[in-house]
Amino acid sequence: MKRNSARVALLLGLTLAAAEAACSSPPPSENTAGPSARSGTVQVAGSTAMLPLVKEASAAYQAAHADAKISVSGGGSATGIAQVAAKAIDIGDSDITAPNHPELVDHRVAVVGFAVVTSPSAGVKNLTRAQLRDVFAGKVANWKQAGGADQRIVIVNRPRTSGTRAVFQKVVMGGIPLAESGLVEDATGTAVSIVKQTPGAVSYVALSGITGGGLAIVSVDGVAPDETAIATGRYPIWSYEHMFTSGTPRGDAAGFIAFVTKSADLVKKNKFIAISAMKVSETDR
Amino acid sequence: MIALQARRARRTEHVALLGLRIAAGFVILAMVALLVYLAFEGTKTFYVDRFPLWSFLFSPEFAPDANHPGAAVFIAGTLAVTVFAIAVGGPFGVAVGIFLAEIAPYRMTQVLKPAIEVMVGIPSVVYGWLGLTLLVPLIRTHTSSPSGFGLAAAGIVLAIMILPTVITLSEDAFRSLPAALKEGSLALGATRWQTITRVLLPSASSGIAVALILGIARAVGETLAIQMVIGNATQFPKGLFAPTAALTTEIVTDMPGATAGSLLEHALFSMAFLLLLIAMLLIVLVRFALRRRA
Repeated sequence: MKRNSARVALLLGLTLAAAEAACSSPPPSENTAGPSARSGTVQVAGSTAMLPLVKEASAAYQAAHADAKISVSGGGSATGIAQVAAKAIDIGDSDITAPNHPELVDHRVAVVGFAVVTSPSAGVKNLTRAQLRDVFAGKVANWKQAGGADQRIVIVNRPRTSGTRAVFQKVVMGGIPLAESGLVEDATGTAVSIVKQTPGAVSYVALSGITGGGLAIVSVDGVAPDETAIATGRYPIWSYEHMFTSGTPRGDAAGFIAFVTKSADLVKKNKFIAISAMKVSETDR
Repeated sequence: MIALQARRARRTEHVALLGLRIAAGFVILAMVALLVYLAFEGTKTFYVDRFPLWSFLFSPEFAPDANHPGAAVFIAGTLAVTVFAIAVGGPFGVAVGIFLAEIAPYRMTQVLKPAIEVMVGIPSVVYGWLGLTLLVPLIRTHTSSPSGFGLAAAGIVLAIMILPTVITLSEDAFRSLPAALKEGSLALGATRWQTITRVLLPSASSGIAVALILGIARAVGETLAIQMVIGNATQFPKGLFAPTAALTTEIVTDMPGATAGSLLEHALFSMAFLLLLIAMLLIVLVRFALRRRA
């Protein structure tokens, strides 16, 4: 009898421990096995807009430091912040600040521009901010109402936890909600491919996520999203790329953040803008 | 010598039975832990955030940032895709089940059965991928839908995914009928079709009900495949070709970015708990149908 109850207690303990582990661990995403203190690997996750830059930088950093191990995955800006706040990863990438987590240390590593992209058949080259608001609020349903072809507008949104969406909401929409009738795609890459394959589709994506042809990049108030226009503040839709750490980073985590910040060529090649090139700050917008 | 063997056998027996008990105990405990945990987390929306249950179930406004996580859109979306899937896949699956059990020649069942088993083995992401690359463009070019994403795309993908469940279980329902039923009917001069519709179908009705309910359960729980084609728009399904969202798809879309302890996370847990309750209700219905047969 005694042995029996001991067995039951053991089982119960194990089960609860397993359940606890399953629940308290952050949402699953590739390559986020645990804190680096044990594994010796620097775990980086978050913004899918930053992903191309961070991936390339990690390869270059590891090539330069033979003993360094850096694993990079996406998940979205909010995931990056949530996971680094939970100490499940070492560096959380984000397109947005983390006002709810004052304990995190913010490292601004680059600036990212966001472009409004449509399928080429929509026939629009330029939209004013007022037109953009009308399109994304669902007030106009056809591109001919915004100076384009006679084609239905298909809005492709990002999820409510996306940093790209947060930036677009803040800079372009202000207090006007994005139309809920839009499709929702959970990564920059999927949003781009849906816009490419759907006539009349429109979305907002990081410049770094625009690859290959088949997309029309729309000017905002007559200004195309290029490096000069963003650096001088003439093009409005951009944000800082943040790498958040829990406390002051050490070892390879610190080294990697410094490396990304200093890799002006990688930053430029992936269509980001170096912080040093910026002539305006976020508060000027 | 014999005593030694007997002792060894007794010990093997003891260890083996202990192993079985532990395995069974673990399953029960895991199930209970899951249930308790989901119930605990899934009700925080109501007792921590003080959001009324009524609004959660019936308010179409899902705005966790504004402290208003109404889930009515997703509940309606889940209902709509499930009804679509079972309305299309249900009769079709039962028809194939009848064909396999009563009509198909032996050689044909030898080909069809493995084909159906393969359908079960195809991962749901593959169904979703095919839906995204074949079905969505097809709907876009042949209907008024500008994007192709939406209820119809999700419903069709689901209808195909529940087919193996419905086919296999309804075939079993027919095969388990006593041979005397069929023989008696045929001996009385009934045709094969008359035998199927007037004798076999009514007798197998509870088995078919089980097949359909488990098909529904599969449809309610399916996530990845429909997330890729449903459009994930937070709006009621306004038509067959309008994008919408279901409970499962909204959970998987928002979960990665939900901060621990936030209202969004609590609301997603509530939706998961609701899915669990639906699954339990369906299992109760299955038990009910099986008892009626016995």
